[in-house]
Amino acid sequence: MTRPPDPTRAALVRLVRDEGRRVLATLVRLTGDLQLAEDAVQDATVRALESWSSTGVPAEPRGWLTLTARRRAIDLIRREAVRTGKETAAMFLLDQDDPPETPQTLRDDQLRLMFVCCHPSLSLETQVALALRTLCGLSTSEVGLALLVPETTIAKRLTRARQKIRMAAIPYRVPEDHELPDRLAGVAAVVYLLFNEGYSASAGDDPLRPALVVEATRLARLLSELMPGEPAALGLLALVLLQDSRRDTRHDQDRRPVLLADQDRGRWRRSLIEEGVILVGHALRRCPERPDPYVIQAAIAACHALAPTWEETDWDAVVSWYDVLLAVHDTPVVRLNRAVAVGELRGPAAGLTELDCIPGLADYPLWHAARAELLLRVHRAADARTAFVSALQLPQNSAQQAHLERRLATIPTC
Amino acid sequence: MPHYVAFTYTEDLDWTAPEQADVMVEYDEFGKAAAAIIRGGAALYPTTTATTVRVQGGRGGDVLSTDGPYAETKEVLSGFYLLECTDLDHAIATAAELPAAWHGAVEVRPIITFPER
Repeated sequence: MTRPPDPTRAALVRLVRDEGRRVLATLVRLTGDLQLAEDAVQDATVRALESWSSTGVPAEPRGWLTLTARRRAIDLIRREAVRTGKETAAMFLLDQDDPPETPQTLRDDQLRLMFVCCHPSLSLETQVALALRTLCGLSTSEVGLALLVPETTIAKRLTRARQKIRMAAIPYRVPEDHELPDRLAGVAAVVYLLFNEGYSASAGDDPLRPALVVEATRLARLLSELMPGEPAALGLLALVLLQDSRRDTRHDQDRRPVLLADQDRGRWRRSLIEEGVILVGHALRRCPERPDPYVIQAAIAACHALAPTWEETDWDAVVSWYDVLLAVHDTPVVRLNRAVAVGELRGPAAGLTELDCIPGLADYPLWHAARAELLLRVHRAADARTAFVSALQLPQNSAQQAHLERRLATIPTC
Repeated sequence: MPHYVAFTYTEDLDWTAPEQADVMVEYDEFGKAAAAIIRGGAALYPTTTATTVRVQGGRGGDVLSTDGPYAETKEVLSGFYLLECTDLDHAIATAAELPAAWHGAVEVRPIITFPER
């Protein structure tokens, strides 16, 4: 028989996980060794769950966890020293008197860990796995479930990553000013990749993987709290919140995607929209001469979020924002989205002209789908049919595929 | 007298692991036997610790570092530098200053520091 969920227990697990993430960042600084720090914190969190459920949560849970993890780390180092007959540098670090933990050291510890996990010398798939394991505090099996990758594969990937961090001496430090834009873009890319994978899964039967959305939002929030002066960090959080505000309306009860035009805007989450719009404002005021791509994308998302209906969207503003985005981030997909907005502002024929000028999207199902929709609106049913068929021949998630099949079925055969 | 480099090609192993102790004894024996002519040398950590550095668009362009060893066959091994750096970022930044990174690639591999015996 399964026990009913215990709310106190769930709250305790959450507390231990939340504090554990911060303690890990501190232990990494103290030991200089990610593997050791993770082992020690893991042990401390297990002990905390055991001890706190009987004795109650101590007055300073984080202090308790830090101390326990620190003792465990010393223990692990001693054991290793006995086995190999050598003292390690980590022992020296742990033996030193700690400067008192200030909000500043906690902030720096967490930032350093973020930049290590998203270091450009690690593969993107490794960065994503590390972010979920180390920054979000998911277990290896939870990471596997979230990424739809076998747990053993994730475990190997993480072990190799920790080895590389240690052996190749990837530094635990916040990048210097001149490196920061690139490195921050790297962290943001990992977070946004996680969000997108959760928000519109590229494979599998479920188009939405809520756990990834939650973790990505958590990381975006953390990044914006740690770097409140960086437009990219604010823009990323704004973008994630504004897109997530539509979560409940993007699919119908049968998990079929609902287009933005057809979504029930009354069910969009107002609190997320409000927070996102305010963040866009802050970020735009901080933008230097070269606007950040995340901020611009968030501004576009805000135009949609604030429009009472699809028809009443400020398409002029949307197209203008896409023009700004193209100036700093010119990709075929941005051009595609701009063409769709042009189709609304100046009519489907104008949108089609724009779409047909974009090279390099022949393998992208949404390009064919967007063409098909515009072709239908200019009464070229046969061409629309061909475009839907082309879209359906490309790989995509099953919900998207079902949507296209349904759209194709609405075209009467001549 | 001419100088030579002897690159060793073996299985991709962690030479610091206890299982490699026997082989390491054999390397030590070679080291002693050839001590008079050895001018330097090092064991490398496995290729999982490698980073390949390229500079896109030549000198001064964007530095692109990727996880893993150099994996193409167009270019050939043409030289090496032994660098003492503060960390991997320093090594990558230095590698990006090499002409090889502008026109080809530079594989950065950490070297094992064995404890003094």
